[in-house]
Amino acid sequence: MIHVFAFYLFAVLTIASGAVTILARNPVHSVLWLILAFFNAAGLMVLVGAEFIAMLLVIVYVGAVAVLFLFVVMMLDIDFAELRAGFVKNFPLGMLIAVVLLAEIVLGVGAYKAGAMHLGTPDGTAITAPGASNIAAIGQLMYGRYLFLFEASGLVLLVAMIGAIVLTHRQRSDSRGQNVAKQNARRPDEATINMKPEVGKGMTL
Amino acid sequence: MDLAHSLRLIAPEETLSIASLVLLLVAAWSGDKASRLISILAVAVLVGCMALVAPALCYGLSGPDVAAFGGQYRADAFAAFAKLLIYGSSAAALIIAPAFFDRLGQMRAEYPVLILLAALGMGMMASAGDLLTLYIGLELNSLASYVLAALLRNDGRSAESGLKYFVLGALASGILLFGVSLVYGFTGTTSFAGINAALSGNLAAGALFGIVFVLAGLAFKIAAVPFHMWTPDVYEGAPTPVTTFFATASKASALALLMRVSLEAFGSQADAWRQIVIFAAIASIVVGALGAIGQSNIKRLMAYSSINNVGFVLIGLAVATPQGAAAMLTYLVIYIAMSLGGFVAILMLKDEDGRPLEAIADLSGLSRTRPGLALALAMIMFSLAGIPPLFGFWGKFVVFQAAVQAGFVALAAIGIAASVIGAFYYIKIVKIMYFDEPVDTVRGRSDWAHTALLVITAVFMSPLGYLLTKWLDGLAQTAASVLFLAA
Repeated sequence: MIHVFAFYLFAVLTIASGAVTILARNPVHSVLWLILAFFNAAGLMVLVGAEFIAMLLVIVYVGAVAVLFLFVVMMLDIDFAELRAGFVKNFPLGMLIAVVLLAEIVLGVGAYKAGAMHLGTPDGTAITAPGASNIAAIGQLMYGRYLFLFEASGLVLLVAMIGAIVLTHRQRSDSRGQNVAKQNARRPDEATINMKPEVGKGMTL
Repeated sequence: MDLAHSLRLIAPEETLSIASLVLLLVAAWSGDKASRLISILAVAVLVGCMALVAPALCYGLSGPDVAAFGGQYRADAFAAFAKLLIYGSSAAALIIAPAFFDRLGQMRAEYPVLILLAALGMGMMASAGDLLTLYIGLELNSLASYVLAALLRNDGRSAESGLKYFVLGALASGILLFGVSLVYGFTGTTSFAGINAALSGNLAAGALFGIVFVLAGLAFKIAAVPFHMWTPDVYEGAPTPVTTFFATASKASALALLMRVSLEAFGSQADAWRQIVIFAAIASIVVGALGAIGQSNIKRLMAYSSINNVGFVLIGLAVATPQGAAAMLTYLVIYIAMSLGGFVAILMLKDEDGRPLEAIADLSGLSRTRPGLALALAMIMFSLAGIPPLFGFWGKFVVFQAAVQAGFVALAAIGIAASVIGAFYYIKIVKIMYFDEPVDTVRGRSDWAHTALLVITAVFMSPLGYLLTKWLDGLAQTAASVLFLAA
């Protein structure tokens, strides 16, 4: 009973906060609602027994991605009047896209209900030992069967990092880098001077 | 699956990744002054990797013995053939680079590292036996390519080409991933062999959608019409050595991947995708030929020429027989040699101060001011047009032969007719060089590495190349037969 109650609570809150994310006028509020949606989705994941994905959702999406969104949104200088000005002009286009998407959903659901569509069944090679926890199962696949691809994805991230540095880093003459050796070699007696200023004369540094 | 056995099979990938990491550290500590040393080491690594993969081609390896990680990766003869091309052209892209970048003071130490990482991704594409390997290899290669295209940060055209390539490439990746997810959904597996087995028999509409989207995503990567729009802009804006890399190594890896996916994974449904490939082939030949006519920049012209040539390669794919696949590989080898020669010749077009010249008008009367260079360029142009006795003719000949043997006479006839349109602009270049009044702008001294590469490719394209046909066809047939084992 508590299961059903929890499911409907999380599901309703997920959908509702998802809807408010789109409808909220203030983008900062949108991001906050999005975070609420993530939390409830994590709750749903816990209910189906995927606790690792639930934790991942909270740590990665709420902890990193949503906060990043928040920073970006707060840094943007958004002119709301200008945003709304294009509404009437773009309304037909928006409606057209909405109708196309709606038709696709109706078509997809209809095709699925008609029963002619038969989806493939998993070939079972990815099944891990029964009784293993979520994390153990994912770890076994990542570091066992998909080891090669996992390492290669690491290289993809490395290329992204090299690319960002190559394209944006430049040597500037006016930037002053940190010289750790120089800092460590500094002695207190070189860094501080004892002065005895006379009254009313000021002092030179 | 034995882990040690798998690790032995991926030796070229291990070598490349460790080498690129070590060279990256050297680059980080020594800065751009070590770029020449890093380039030399990177070329040595690529040559070493070629030596590592060559045995698989010589012995014609195939089957489960050379499948690593449960079939996600194959070190078979086909992969070896493609990798020899990829590593060879990557090494060429490294050799020709210093002379170009040094004049601008922009020879970055990261350039060789990025080329190595891109070659690693391309090798994974050629070895892919699974949709996941396909995607990760493709992304590794693409991501490095976007950065390489935008490498000249102070040049607006380079930045534009990098951005265009990135945005359109990301879109193509999205299309490809959508197709991959559909194919996975309807077959229940990501391995090529499993997909091939699951697709045999009646084809579900959703699976057909998946095949179409996967092919569309890959058509972008090989720059086939109607997904070719990015090619002229990217080829024109990217630094010329990088363009050479795109036109040779990228092209070879994307075509190898397309062959693997179409013939291995979707091989049991060749009738379903054949009409798509036939359309792309004919459209590429025609658009490539017509689009090139109005160009005034020689790099844009070469971009349209590459679109045109991809069309001829796709004719071999549409045939979907071992002969067709072998013809594709033969064509690919010859095309890579021609396009390498073409871009090296473009790199040698420099004015007195060493500034690169790219306008076709600058070629006027080149035969009188630089007869050697003009002769080489004329040979490349005639060879690209497929005029005997140059070696470019042989590539077109084997492709059309395979098409006719498999009963696609109409396709071959359209291809031959359209190649005549293409001959027009190639011959126009020759006419400009030999019959127009000299403008004498090409005066820059040529780098010895450029001259050497140009001479090698020119000899390969000359009638002397026909001495290699028997050997080349044998290797191509060995490599292509691997793809048809499952079917």
